[in-house]
Amino acid sequence: MAWSYLPHTREDRELMCKAIGIRSTEELFSDIPVSLRLASPLKLPPSLSEPEVARHLSELASANKSVRELVCFRGGGAYDHYIPSVASHILSRSEFYSAYTQYQPEISQGYLQALWEYQSMISELTGMEVANASMYDGGTALAEAAMMACAAGKKDKILVGGTLHPHYREVLVTYARDQAMSIIDVPPLDGIIDLDRLGWLIDETTAAIIVQSPNFLGNIENLKEIGRIAHAKGAFLIASVDPISLGVLEAPGVLGADIVVGEGQSLGLGLNFGGPYLGFFATTEKFMRKMPGRIVGQTTDNRGNRGFVLTLQAREQHIRRNKATSNICSNEALCALAAAIYMSALGKTGFREVSRQCLQKAHYTYSSLTALTGCEAAFTSGFFKEFSIKLQKSVTKVNEGLLEKGILGGIDLGGYYPELEHHMLICVTEKRTKEEIDQLAREMEALI
Amino acid sequence: MNGHLTVFELSKPGRIAVDMPTSDVPEESLETLVKAEYLRSKPAQLPEMSQPDLVRHYTALSNRNFGVDSGFYPLGSCTMKYNPKVNEDVSRYSGFADLHPLSSPKEAQGALELLYTMEQYLAEITGMDAVTMQPVAGAHGELTGLKLIRAYHRARGENRTKVIVPDSAHGTNPASATVCGLETVEIKSNPDGSINLEALKLAVGPDTAALMLTNPSTLGLFETHIQEIAQIVHDAGGLLYYDGANMNAIMGVVRPGDMGFDVVHLNLHKTFSTPHGGGGPGSGPVGVKQNLIPFLPTPVITYDGNQYYLDQDRPQSIGRMHSFYGNFGVIVRAYAYIRSMGADGLRQVSEDAVLNANYCLSQLKEHYHAPFERNSKHECIITAQKQKAFGVRALDIAKRLLDYGYHPPTIYFPMIVDEAIMIEPTETESKETLDGFIEVMRKIAHEAETDEAKVQQAPHSTVVGRMDEAQAARKPVVRWKD
Repeated sequence: MAWSYLPHTREDRELMCKAIGIRSTEELFSDIPVSLRLASPLKLPPSLSEPEVARHLSELASANKSVRELVCFRGGGAYDHYIPSVASHILSRSEFYSAYTQYQPEISQGYLQALWEYQSMISELTGMEVANASMYDGGTALAEAAMMACAAGKKDKILVGGTLHPHYREVLVTYARDQAMSIIDVPPLDGIIDLDRLGWLIDETTAAIIVQSPNFLGNIENLKEIGRIAHAKGAFLIASVDPISLGVLEAPGVLGADIVVGEGQSLGLGLNFGGPYLGFFATTEKFMRKMPGRIVGQTTDNRGNRGFVLTLQAREQHIRRNKATSNICSNEALCALAAAIYMSALGKTGFREVSRQCLQKAHYTYSSLTALTGCEAAFTSGFFKEFSIKLQKSVTKVNEGLLEKGILGGIDLGGYYPELEHHMLICVTEKRTKEEIDQLAREMEALI
Repeated sequence: MNGHLTVFELSKPGRIAVDMPTSDVPEESLETLVKAEYLRSKPAQLPEMSQPDLVRHYTALSNRNFGVDSGFYPLGSCTMKYNPKVNEDVSRYSGFADLHPLSSPKEAQGALELLYTMEQYLAEITGMDAVTMQPVAGAHGELTGLKLIRAYHRARGENRTKVIVPDSAHGTNPASATVCGLETVEIKSNPDGSINLEALKLAVGPDTAALMLTNPSTLGLFETHIQEIAQIVHDAGGLLYYDGANMNAIMGVVRPGDMGFDVVHLNLHKTFSTPHGGGGPGSGPVGVKQNLIPFLPTPVITYDGNQYYLDQDRPQSIGRMHSFYGNFGVIVRAYAYIRSMGADGLRQVSEDAVLNANYCLSQLKEHYHAPFERNSKHECIITAQKQKAFGVRALDIAKRLLDYGYHPPTIYFPMIVDEAIMIEPTETESKETLDGFIEVMRKIAHEAETDEAKVQQAPHSTVVGRMDEAQAARKPVVRWKD
C-alpha cells in the first residue's frame, strides 16, 4: 500500500537497505529485545483516503453547534470577535506555519521580525516596557507571572482576587501546589475585589496581588488603587486583562501594574473549543531577565544590516536546564503572529473602534435586559463587554430555551459560585447587531 | 538601512486594513458608561496600514522565512516532517474552529468524541491505560506528568523529591522538574548515551520520585537495557517517565508502556505531523498507567456508551493544567493524521524514518566522524571533529548548509558529544532529497579542507549574515520605539 505522505517506493527501500548493508528494515530494529516488540499490529481503525478523512471529520464537526449557527452571547475567556480575512490568508503561508523555532536567524528573519513587532504591539497596548514572544494561554501565563513574582520578590504568598476567572485560578493552584507558593483568596464585594479586605490580608510576606480586569463577572477593577495597596507593602501587581478592553480602558502599565498577562484569543484567533489560544506576558524592563519564554531582540549582522534574533536565552531551559526561569520551550508563536496581524489590520483607530463598540453594545444589551421583569442587574460596578444579571429562573432552563431559538446564552455563574445561583454572565462583542440584541431581549422576556 | 521595514515604519495615520461597520445601537458618551479615571488616556499607537500594504508586508516576511514546505529540514530531535494539507483544512471546519469552549457538552458531542477517541488511540500507540489531552507542549506535558507522579507518591504518604535525569536529556526535563518543585539528580551516561546502570543504582533511593528518559535516547540509539532500568527504578519505589520526543522511531514496533514506563508524554507536533508553527502551538498529551488515573487533570472526558461528558468531580486530580481542554485545533490535525495512516501506516512511518536516518549515516560516515558503530534509530549523529582540524566547526557547517538551501541539523546537542551534528531526516523525505543533501554535506567536507574561510564565513547567500547575538543580549532592544 502507498501512503501519500511517504515517498519511498519499494525499489527505493531496497536500494537504501543495500547501501546501508542490511537485507531489510527489520534489521534496524534488531537491538530492541524481542520480548518487548509488539507481536501484532496496533489496534487502530484502518487508514482512510483523503476524501474519506475529510468526510469523517466533517461529520464530527457537524455534531457540534458552533457560533456560525448560533448567535453568541457567551464569553468567559473565549470571545466571538470578528477575524479579518487577511489573518487566515497570511497564517496559511507555510513558510510561517511549517517552520520550527527561529534558532537559525539567517533564514528566520521574517518570523523573528513579526514576533518582534508582536512584542512591540503588546507592550504598547498594555503600557508595559517589554513583552515576550507568547505563552500557552491566559491561565498558564498568569501562573507563570505568579512564579516570576515570587522568584523576583523572594516571597511566596499570592493574594488572588475572588473575581479571577475560575479556570485561571484552578491552573494557578495546580502550578502553585508543587512550588512553595501559598494562594489566598480575596473575597469580592459587589462584584469587584473588596479593597478593605485586601488591605487586611496583605502584608510584607505578600509577593503579589493578582487581579483580573475586567474581571470574570464583567466588572472593571480599580487597578490603580490595588496597585497602590500592593506597592505599599512591597508586593507586585499582576493584572490579567482582556486585550480588546485596552482600546478604551486605561493601560494597566499606566495604572501601576508590574506584570500584565492575559488571554490573547480575542486578537484574531478562532474559538477552537478552547485552543490553540495565546498567553501574552508583559512586564517592566527591570524584570526582563526574569521573564519566562522566548524573547526576540533587534541586532545587526556581520554585513551591517538590521536583523532580529532570539535573545536573553541564558534564562531558558535549553541553556540553564534546572536553573531556568521556566520550563517553557514550545510557545504559541503562530497565535502571536495572528495577534500581530489582527492588531496591525485594525490599527490605531480600528482597534479603538472594536473596543468602543463592544462597550456600547454591551451597555445597550444591559439596558434592554435589565428593563425586563424578572431580570435585574447583579452588580452596580462598571463593566466592559460582559455583565452579570440575576434571573428568577434556572439559567440552564433559560439557555435551553434560547438555544431552541438559535441563541447561545450567557454563562451560568451558579456553576462556579453557589451564591450566584440564577446569575447569568452575558457577553456582547462588536459582532452583535442591534437586531440580534433585540431578539435576545424578546426571547429572554418570553423565557423568564 | 538594508532589510525589510517594520510595520511601524510602514505606518501612516489615516490608513486601515479592514473596514468595520458603524455601530447600530443607541450610544452614550464613554464617560457616562465608564468612570473617567478608567478610560484610556492615550490611544495605543498601533500601526496604520492599508490592506494591500499589510498583505505585502507579511508576504515579504514569509519570504524571509524557511519552513518544511520550503525545503529539507533535518533538525535533530524536532521531527520536522511534512504537515499534510487536509489536516489544515479539517481543523478549520466551522464545527471545530467556531465552537465555544464553554458550550454545554450536549452542543459539543463531536468535539468531545474526537478528544475521547484520540485518547484511546494514543493509549494504544503508547501502551498506556489512559491519556489526557490537556497539555499544549512537550514541556507542559512533562510538568503535567511530574505533577501526576508527585500526586501519586503523596497519596501513598511518601514525599519523594528527586528526579533522576541522564546528562544527555533534553533541557526541558530538568527545567520541568524544577517548576514541579523537584530536585534534579543528573547521572552521567555511557559514552553512547545509554544509561549507566551502576550510576543509576547509586542514584536511586527512598527519595527518588522518577527517572526521566527518552528511548531511543537523544543520541538516536535504543536503550537496550530498558527492562533492567525499569526494574531498578521500580524496586526503589520510583516511577519511570517517558519523554516522547523520539516516538517517531518506534510506532507499531515497541511501546513505552510495554517497556515499563508509567507516564508518557507525546509531542503531536513532532510525531503526529501537526505544524510546529514557528515554535508553537503544539500539543503534549500525557499517558499513564492504571495506578495514576485518579490524578489526571480535570476535566476528564467520559463516555457512557451514548453521550460524552466533562467530569470535574475527581477529588484526587492534580487540577487544571490549561484554561480549557488543551490545543484542540492541533489535536484535530493529529487525529486526522492517525486516521489517514492507520496502524500499518504508522509502522511504515517509523520504519522509513529509521531507514532514512541510517541511510544518511551510511553515506556520510566516510566524510565525517561518526561516533557510534551501532545502527541508529530515527536520527543519527555525526560530528565536525575531522573538520575541526581545519578550523571548521559544527556551527560553520550548519551555516554553510544555508547557502545550499537546507535547514541545518541540530548542532551541539546532545551536549555529551563534542561538535555534534544531529540529523533527523524524517520519513517524509525521498531518497532523491537525501542524496542531494548527502552530496552537499560531502561538498562542505571538501570545502572545509580546501577553502575553510568560505565555510567559516558562511552564510553568503541569505538575506542577512551572522547576527551579533552578544550585542542583542547586552543591550536588549525588544520593541519598537519612535
